[in-house]
Amino acid sequence: MEYEAVIGLETHVQLRTRTKMWCGCVNEYGAEANTNVCPVCLGLPGVLPVPNAEALRKTALTGMLLNCNVPSYAKWDRKNYFYPDNPKNYQLTQLDFPSTIEGFVEFEFGDGTERVRINRAHLEEDVGKSTHFADHSGVDFNRAGVPLLEIVTEPDLTGADMAYEYLNALKAILEYGGVSDCDMEKGQVRCDVNISVRPIGQTKLGEKIEIKNMNSFSGVRRAATYEIERQIGVLREGGTLIQETRRWDDAVGVTESMRTKEDAHDYRYFPDPDLMPHTPSEEWLAEIRASVMELPLARKQRLIADYHLPASDAEVFVGDAALGDYFEVAAKGAKNPKAVANWVMNNLQAKLTETGGSVADLNFEASAIGELVGLVEGGQISSKIAQDVFVEMFESGKSPTTIVEEKGLSQVSDSGELEAFCNEAIEANPGPAEDFRNGKEAALNFLKGQVMKASRGKANPQMVGELLKKILGS
Amino acid sequence: MREDLQHAVKLARIELTPEEEARLGSQLGDILKYVDKLNELNVEGVEPTAHAVPLTNVLREDKPRESLSHEAALRNAPKTANGLFIVPKIVE
Amino acid sequence: MPHTLTISQLTDKLAQGELTSRDATQACLDRIAAVDGQLNAFLSHDPDDALAQADAADAARAAGEIKPLLGVPIAMKDVIAVNGHPLNCASKILGDFNSPYDATVTQKLCEAGAVIFGRVNMDEFAMGSSTENSAFGPSRNPWDTGRIPGGSSGGSAVAVVADECIASIGSDTGGSIRQPAALCGCVGLKPTYGRVSRYGLVAFASSLDQIGPLTKDVRDAAIMLGVIAGEDQRDSTNVPEPVPDYTAALTGDIKGLKIGLPKEYQVDGLDPEVKAATDAAVAELEKQGADVKEISLPHTEYAIATYYIIATAEASANLARFEGVRYGARVDGASPEAMNRATRGAGFGEEVKRRIILGTYVLSSGYYDAYYLRAQKARTLIRQDFLNAFKEVDLIASPTTPTPAFKIGEKSGDPLQMYLSDIFTISCNLAGLCGISVPCGFSKEGLPLGLQLLGKAFGEPDLLRAAHAYEQATDWHTKRPQLA
Repeated sequence: MEYEAVIGLETHVQLRTRTKMWCGCVNEYGAEANTNVCPVCLGLPGVLPVPNAEALRKTALTGMLLNCNVPSYAKWDRKNYFYPDNPKNYQLTQLDFPSTIEGFVEFEFGDGTERVRINRAHLEEDVGKSTHFADHSGVDFNRAGVPLLEIVTEPDLTGADMAYEYLNALKAILEYGGVSDCDMEKGQVRCDVNISVRPIGQTKLGEKIEIKNMNSFSGVRRAATYEIERQIGVLREGGTLIQETRRWDDAVGVTESMRTKEDAHDYRYFPDPDLMPHTPSEEWLAEIRASVMELPLARKQRLIADYHLPASDAEVFVGDAALGDYFEVAAKGAKNPKAVANWVMNNLQAKLTETGGSVADLNFEASAIGELVGLVEGGQISSKIAQDVFVEMFESGKSPTTIVEEKGLSQVSDSGELEAFCNEAIEANPGPAEDFRNGKEAALNFLKGQVMKASRGKANPQMVGELLKKILGS
Repeated sequence: MREDLQHAVKLARIELTPEEEARLGSQLGDILKYVDKLNELNVEGVEPTAHAVPLTNVLREDKPRESLSHEAALRNAPKTANGLFIVPKIVE
Repeated sequence: MPHTLTISQLTDKLAQGELTSRDATQACLDRIAAVDGQLNAFLSHDPDDALAQADAADAARAAGEIKPLLGVPIAMKDVIAVNGHPLNCASKILGDFNSPYDATVTQKLCEAGAVIFGRVNMDEFAMGSSTENSAFGPSRNPWDTGRIPGGSSGGSAVAVVADECIASIGSDTGGSIRQPAALCGCVGLKPTYGRVSRYGLVAFASSLDQIGPLTKDVRDAAIMLGVIAGEDQRDSTNVPEPVPDYTAALTGDIKGLKIGLPKEYQVDGLDPEVKAATDAAVAELEKQGADVKEISLPHTEYAIATYYIIATAEASANLARFEGVRYGARVDGASPEAMNRATRGAGFGEEVKRRIILGTYVLSSGYYDAYYLRAQKARTLIRQDFLNAFKEVDLIASPTTPTPAFKIGEKSGDPLQMYLSDIFTISCNLAGLCGISVPCGFSKEGLPLGLQLLGKAFGEPDLLRAAHAYEQATDWHTKRPQLA
């Protein structure tokens, strides 16, 4: 019997806001323990929460980036459970009316594109951080109250690799949108993985087993790989699986059952009486919609289609959005956008790395690159000369045409002139000339080099090569 | 004390003495019987009231406000060490 | 005798230079020293700090500052955060908790120049109607120290009536300002929900709690309301309704004001003396030109059940934070869970435990729909009753309590009986309305009786106007108990 895996992911992402969700403490990583805290996020007696408008904005933006609906009514609920890192011993979250619902993420996987449906992305608050010592634990509440977006997929993932690619795609979208820095080192992205297996062909889902609090995508992949095999193994041996929570031990490479707590999880959800519902207006949504930018996958596909770039080039420009934007301006109207891409990815990028600058610092227009490429394509200058012109552009900010004129760098393509250069070179170098006549191909390059030197690089190299061959051949 | 109330006591994390358990169990039984009165009501089609005032969209600008000093934050803590609130060891 | 003055009388004398704030504050401190031993209204107070504030107020006045409560000594119910002061909610569980922040109300009173001193007693976490649930002993009714002062703001009412302070701040979730005011013989005002910020009020039931004043007369209540009402960015449930000059409403003219008498309030347990006093008060209002008619609040009999489900549910979550991790009197345990259980077991009094367990129960899996959800729907029906009634009338009148103050210990063995005595005050909180209790007589045994008026949401001006008109036609509010 063959089995298949069914995976759903719940990803918790810390939003990039200046302050926490309910209070004005700064939302910042790495501060000394318990220095970004106030009565509200410490859960002192008498305090009240007030929602961060920017967190709601970024939540709606995320919804739009994930192709979700943003319903006209959202509310807050209390999820009640005791834990030392939970200052109020209830977490403020959204249960039945979340801020966004029903979307999807598309990403490349295997030979094609996959679509994973998003059930919801809702807003809640993060809890404090516990550190464990020999016989006690310590809690730092700096993180308590940081706005957390919980993104929940439908169980559409079918394997560990797919889950891994989904997570990468999600991260790229969130970074692209400026919603979160998604810095895994800082614990800004955490995942709960829900895995079940069933015989292929069965529609009923198997028992769902949850692996909580994964903080690396490769860890998710390893854990899922292991767990799927483990579950199948149990069923093959005639055993049964029960719904439970397990912990992934990355060092050993296994999942372990967590001691199930008594009264597991009766969260006694009820609508929070301190927080008012959120009814986003059309104007508010329209403003956010206007700031939605093209997603990575869509951009990549468009660059390939519109500019006839290979996938690897497109990926470079998707990975560096500023460079990509620059490329699109430079390539406007270009007959050979690939050549423009090469210049931007290679020459420009190299120069920027050297000087430590960015495309914003350049003192010439993006269109100048297009112009430069045009000069090479049109034969006005050789590609070698173009390199020098580029250096000059970088330093002086002058247009390529101006530089070529001022420095007299126009390529010599007049056959008469070139023939003269060729004959001079052949006369001055009888040995190599003879070598070539005797079949030594390399000797041609030497003679070509002499012509280029004599012409101070301006001779049209292709024509020189042809002329030399013609002269020597005769 | 009946089992369903015992379950609530457990969820609420309140330790009771046996006398308290007996006394509260009996009193809560009476109270629950009293509030069962609400079953007389026809609430079909009635919307629940979750908030006392019909406000919406009460939000706060994403601007920092002064936090407590570290000392003030820990001032009332029963046990601290290295700037952390100390609790008995948390075992997952 | 400065401590016997009202706010308006005292501020007059302060302005005239007849008295200093130090005089007034010292007089209150002396009074506390003389009588609080038998009354137990004050849980703590700092005489040096109070006098320092008084001196500062005197200096400010000399410098020309004019503020509505400048130099007036006000006592605070032990449920409101005052920066640098202990905050216990009359519970053992908070241990030696010292608040590192001010409630918004505290800030407003400070800005108005008040001398904020003393923490007054209450039922633990505001859960109770007699102040017998305080972990620090009950407060005693100044008219008969063998009787309860009411609750949960019992200490506030006692302190005001015994002239231990000029006015007090309390909180009201199901009648906790109005009922003690009635049983002790002073004025108690519960503002409309959302009128006064709850930031800094230790939450009992978030959708029902409001902060309000207990005072010696209606004018004082109007002054206090003007100071504490208003917008607050720190409270999402606060309504940004402009604050009118409430004292301007005290015109003395109530001609044409329509007052409703709910027929469902003629309950079996209504003491005949209470009924007679209320009837007489209503007659007085009628004499002054109000139109009185019978109205119906059909869902009255369900109010107590509705309240005790919703309030306890919210409270069970609000009190979850008291578990010994970040503050309070921790009792150690082998695990955080054991520590929580032991801390809460030792630190909470029985009434609090009862309500937390009940609230946990009605929210728990399998019971939510039958109890909590149903109660929320019942609440809608109760609110609708009032909305309908207020189409016909401007105010609703009733006794504040069904009986005068009972003896200490008389009802503490039967919690349900205690709950049932909240019948007249409780609906006001469920509906989010405003309400006031004013003295309207005495029982044969010399115990105070209170008249309750209820008004529409943000209808405090009419409410105060009618209360004031009634009060000024009588002298109940001038009576004071004899204390040895």
